[in-house]
Amino acid sequence: MTATQPEVAGPLHARAKQIRRKVLAMASGRGQGYVGQGLAIADVLAVLYFHEMRLRPDDPQWPDRDRFVLSTGHYSIALFAALAEAGVIAESELASYGDDGSRLEMSSMSTTPGVEVTGGSLGHGLGIAAGIALGGALSGRDYRVFNLLSDGELQEGSTWEAAMFAGDRRIARLTALVDVNRTQADGDLVLEVEPVTSKFESFGWWATDADGNDPDALVAALDAARAVGDRPTVVVCHTRLGFGVPLVMERERAHFVRVADDEWAVARRQLEELA
Amino acid sequence: MTAVGRGRTLAMGVSEDAAVPTVDAPFARALVDVASARPDVVGLSADLARYTDIEPFAKRFPERFVNVGMAEQNLVCVAAGLAKAGFTPVATTYAVFATRRAYDFIAIQCALEGANVKIVAGLPGLTTGYGATHQGIDDLAHMRVMPNMVVIDPCDAIDMEQATYAALAYDGPVYLRLLRGAVPVVLDRSGPAFELGRAALLREGEDVGIVASGTMVARALAAADELAASGVRASVLKMSTLKPYDASALRELASGTGALVTAENHAVVGGLFSATLESMARSGVSVPVEAVGLDDEFGTCGSLDYLAVRHGLSAAHVADAARRAVASKSRWSGR
Repeated sequence: MTATQPEVAGPLHARAKQIRRKVLAMASGRGQGYVGQGLAIADVLAVLYFHEMRLRPDDPQWPDRDRFVLSTGHYSIALFAALAEAGVIAESELASYGDDGSRLEMSSMSTTPGVEVTGGSLGHGLGIAAGIALGGALSGRDYRVFNLLSDGELQEGSTWEAAMFAGDRRIARLTALVDVNRTQADGDLVLEVEPVTSKFESFGWWATDADGNDPDALVAALDAARAVGDRPTVVVCHTRLGFGVPLVMERERAHFVRVADDEWAVARRQLEELA
Repeated sequence: MTAVGRGRTLAMGVSEDAAVPTVDAPFARALVDVASARPDVVGLSADLARYTDIEPFAKRFPERFVNVGMAEQNLVCVAAGLAKAGFTPVATTYAVFATRRAYDFIAIQCALEGANVKIVAGLPGLTTGYGATHQGIDDLAHMRVMPNMVVIDPCDAIDMEQATYAALAYDGPVYLRLLRGAVPVVLDRSGPAFELGRAALLREGEDVGIVASGTMVARALAAADELAASGVRASVLKMSTLKPYDASALRELASGTGALVTAENHAVVGGLFSATLESMARSGVSVPVEAVGLDDEFGTCGSLDYLAVRHGLSAAHVADAARRAVASKSRWSGR
């Protein structure tokens, strides 16, 4: 933990739980939302925002900040929760998620403080992240760039254009995190994406698998990635949709999980019961 | 992407080997000049650096040049990322590849984001005889409907050079059609300089107004000469910026002539003809308008002179359209 990381940093499991609480509050307030993905990715965001990334929560435009590029715009619910937890945006603003005129849109927009790029159209993020990392090196800054993309997004050809480019140029300050939840809009993975690590390795990347719902495993993987230093790195994060809330986890695996009005209280209780 | 040979890309309404004065790589001249003073300017290409006149920049500033290989989507993403990092990226490829292959990437990462990315696109319209796969006949339409996007179709070496300066001085996304190689000089250097969003009146005549962009400007001027010989006085308005469109210049032209022709090296849908009609409707201008451009067809392979005749883009086509517009005046005024 360096001095430039948020002072509020605490145990990562607790941070992840706080993010999940916020995700449930936002989704239940709205009556819908990508609650399955939001809960699943909470550990990854907790580790990034409270362990790995160099940030100044009160200065989201700090030139030397590490950049987080969210490809999967529909994960915005979890990103907003993480940004509120880190103090970049106000906790009170979360209630406006998805509302008319809110800057917390269902798919993340760079007009929100702390959101680096406009995600949502999948297959953009890795190339943008490579460009930002290249720009950082060109301007003599040492910030790192983290791109969160999804397993379904690996089916987009542009992802591999970017992977080939970053591998060839050995863009060392670029780290990708692939969320493998084996689900996409039409249900279970429509096209097999595994083996993900060896695909990236063959493109010149350093790659490792990690349990995406285990903060300690993620810390170990990111620590190892940071030590690589001479090429881009990818941590393939295996997550479970709805992790932490059995009611959501046990739903038929779906891209957009439906939760009935009277089930939100159950979901919140289940989250609190989790160790 | 197949590279297309240099040096015969522009017909300008006359034969390819006509002895017209040319300037070599005017885009590169302007780009290198601006980049010499501005370290924020970076160049990119997708395996077409040699064929989009950005190679002089790459040689002069190798540390500021990125070739992403044959990957137009990544070209736009890396450019957008460099813009996020504070740079002013200039990305080159062919018009067909930029606008057809990378459309979503330009829409979201350049236009929606308001990114300071310049997309410089070669082989606009029928400026190559290579064939339909490489002829950008719909790029202006694609780019014009994108919110925030500035769209420029320069007409000659002077316009190309000045438009490059203007695009780099502007903070925001720009789509700039590229005239490459030995580019003919059509304009007079002492004439009005290129100004973003401003049309320029090149010829004054009160019978008909020809609104032209890109390489059709030279043909419009040739048509005006041809018309003058038969007693028809034509104005020629150079509309190099399609977006934002210079509505006041068009109003003046329409009220001064009472009949219009649009001439574009592009499909007649979505480009200059469409922009002109939209502007007229919004301004309440009602005069007959004839369109010169590709009419719901792709281009073909062949010499540029052949293509101009086959696809209705020659100076004679512009002159004929002008005569039709003039003939329509009486019918319109009688309504």
